[in-house]
Parts: sequence; C-alpha cells; structure tokens
Amino acid sequence: MGMSIAHGVAAGMGGIRTAGDLVARMQMARKMRINDAKAYVAKKLKVSPADLSDVHVMREVREELDLGIITSVPGCAKGIEAKVRIAELLDIEIAGVNRLKEKMKF
Amino acid sequence: MAKYLTRRGDGALIEMTSEEIMSDLEAGTADAADKGKIAPLSKDDLDILLDIFTNPTRFVSVEPGNEVVVTHDIGTLRVMGDQGNSGVGIPLSRVQGIQVHERAFCADTMELGHIDYSFKPVKPVIAMEQQEMENALLVTILPLFYGAMPNLGLYYSPDGPFGNPSDLLPAGKIQESYEAQEGAVEHAIRDMVYVCERLAEVGCDGINFDTTGAAGDTDFKATLHAVEHLKKNTDMCIEVGMAGEFVLGMHGGLEYEGQQLAGLYCHDQVKLVEQAGADIFGPVVNTKPSKNMPWNVARAVTFVKACVEASNIPIHVNMGMGVGGSPIFETPPIDSVSRASKAMVEIAKVDGL
Repeated sequence: MGMSIAHGVAAGMGGIRTAGDLVARMQMARKMRINDAKAYVAKKLKVSPADLSDVHVMREVREELDLGIITSVPGCAKGIEAKVRIAELLDIEIAGVNRLKEKMKF
Repeated sequence: MAKYLTRRGDGALIEMTSEEIMSDLEAGTADAADKGKIAPLSKDDLDILLDIFTNPTRFVSVEPGNEVVVTHDIGTLRVMGDQGNSGVGIPLSRVQGIQVHERAFCADTMELGHIDYSFKPVKPVIAMEQQEMENALLVTILPLFYGAMPNLGLYYSPDGPFGNPSDLLPAGKIQESYEAQEGAVEHAIRDMVYVCERLAEVGCDGINFDTTGAAGDTDFKATLHAVEHLKKNTDMCIEVGMAGEFVLGMHGGLEYEGQQLAGLYCHDQVKLVEQAGADIFGPVVNTKPSKNMPWNVARAVTFVKACVEASNIPIHVNMGMGVGGSPIFETPPIDSVSRASKAMVEIAKVDGL
C-alpha cells in the first residue's frame, strides 16, 4: 500500500480500469512521451485525453470496443483475446498476439 | 506560527513552519544544482512544492488529466516474497500475482521476475521462466515486462569466476581488478542477452533492467551493450532503471561510445541509454535520511526535471523506498509518497513512475 498502490492512486492512470494499459503500450511500442501517447490513444478511442483516466467514460468505451474490462463479465474479451483487439485498434505489434496468429495457422 | 506535519528522510514525523519548509526546499534544489551542474527549480516550482508540503490532507494527488503510466520492479515478489524483497508472504503463484496487480491493484503494466531477481541465476532455469511468461501472457491484458537486475556482483568471488574488486583494490592489485571487472562485463552481457532472447521467443512485451549500475560502471556498461544487442535483434521494449543517482567508478576507466561512465548523473545517463536504443529510462535520486522530505523532494525533482528535459524517450522515475523523494523506510508513509508522486508528475513532468 505504501509504495506502488500509493503511487497508482496519487498519479497512476488506473490500468485496464481506464486506459492505463493502452497508453503504456504506446510508450513501449513507439517511445512516445506521456502527452503524445495519450493523444494517440484518445484519437483512436474517439475520446479526449482527459477521458483516458476517467473510469466512467472508459468502462463504457472498453465494453463497446470489447478491449477487456476490470470486472469479470461472462462473454467479454479476456487476456489474449482482448490484446488481439488492442493491437488492431492501436495499430501496433504485440508479440504475444503475433505468436497466437502464427500458432493458429493449422 | 502555523506548523505543518512532514517527515524526515527516514520517515519519522516532524513539524515545520512554512518558512522552514521553503528554506529547505531552496537548500535541496541548490544541492542538486551544484552536484549535477544543472538549473535549480524556479521560484514558481518552489511555490508549487510549498503548496504540496503545506497541504493539510494526509494524501495528495495529481490534478485530473495529469495521470501518468506506472511501471513496476521486483515483479510479484512484493506479494509472495519475504521481507528481503519487502514482500508480504502471501502464497500465490506468480501468474496469480500478476492477475492481482492487473485486476485488484489496477496496475498500468506489470512484470514477471525470478525469486532471486538477477539475470545470472535465471539462465539455468530459463525454460521455467519462459513457461511462466507464456501462461501469464495468455491470461492478462496489460503490458508485461520481465524484470531482473544485471547484478555484476554475482560474477565475482565467492559467487562467480572472477576475483572480487572489493578484495583486489584494497590489496593494491589494480590491474587484476580491471581485468576481473572487464571479464565480468563480457559474461554479464552474454547471460543477459541469452535470457532476454529466450523471453522474446515466447512473446514477452518488454525487459526491465532494474537497479542498473548497482555494481558500478561495469554494471552500466554491460547493460548498455546488452540493450544495444537486444534492440537490434528483438522487438521487445527495453526499460533501463538505475540503482543510484550517479554511476560509481568501481573500474573508473570504462566508456560507452567514447563517454566515461563513472560519475554520470541521470541527465547524462539517459543520453547513453537512449543511444543504446532503450525505450524507457528510470532515473534514481537517493534520499538522505538525515535531511527532511522537503529538502529531499526538492533535490530529487531538480535532478529528474533536468533528466526529463534532456531526454527524447519516456522517463519513469524510480520512486521506491529511499529514492525519488520517498523516505528510506520499508513501509513508506503514504503522505510522503503521494507528495513526492505529485511533485514528480506536475513539476518534473515525468512520463511515468
């Protein structure tokens, strides 16, 4: 609680509860600084950069686009299923998704 | 005169007036400016810091819209590890630990790490790590790093094949010490590249080189060369997080691309990390327990602000116990941690924590 959770609550984006994982992916895939990464993801999701950390907005957006949500709802994309959709939406390569596609060529 | 609660660098509560706080904020930024040969914080920045430290609430946070990405170190050991890793000893598997971070702690990213958390001991059990990474990647959505320390200390006697510089240097065996450290660099590059390439094969999103430079300039040099190789040969994201605020010159003569490594502070370290091809850099600024938190936070923010301005890649400042304006205390108080967090985001303008 004292360290990682305190930082997450004070300044973190909120992970898959909001759009923290998506913004992180753009920093990782394209070396984007925080404002550029937020602007890129916001444009793809058709929301404002400020909406990316608003759980009320992002819950609905993630459900609509089936990007994986924080609570366990039967039928919603889980794990790698959600990442296939995220790679497509953000137009980035996700290594685990590429591996899945390779394995599906049976 | 009104007094405000704040803390010493060791976490103990103290009371200070706003004049005393401002005086130590000015002294902290001046110390960083002097040591790093960088600009001190402006009057406006110091006023924001004063507002943060005189805020009477227990917990502070950034303004909505200013949130940043949080990356982690130590993997899931904080959940199932022992006190040596500040763990709380809950018997979960590592994949379960990652899922808890994703779904219960709302982590933006997470990492898998070996119980020893160094690259060298991972090499003989790499298939186990690949298997765990494969399982974690299937059931999680958030980006997943593999984290480990270069930890060149493991290559010296009694743990490794080379003589220990801490024994050789006091004995006056300078040349032998150089040779031992240069040998350790070659072995460490080989081991880090081997482990990371095996993880790339199973779809790992990224590698977190954690506490880089812990064994001095040899540690930093080995990491930079490993990063260079991995960026040329894999598609993984690479994060390099440092161990201390400047690179210790255990060897003293080591260079990367013509730049001497010993003595570099974070705003110069980042240029080499960027040159090696890394995607994210984690600067460190040490906390002094004998000084108070206004002094330590002002000092840390001054260094990190210079690093952010010097960088072209995202900066995720290290803010664990004893670094980045957090007190040196194993269970850090949230009033202090949240104030450091807000200051780093809104004054230093970091891209992540």
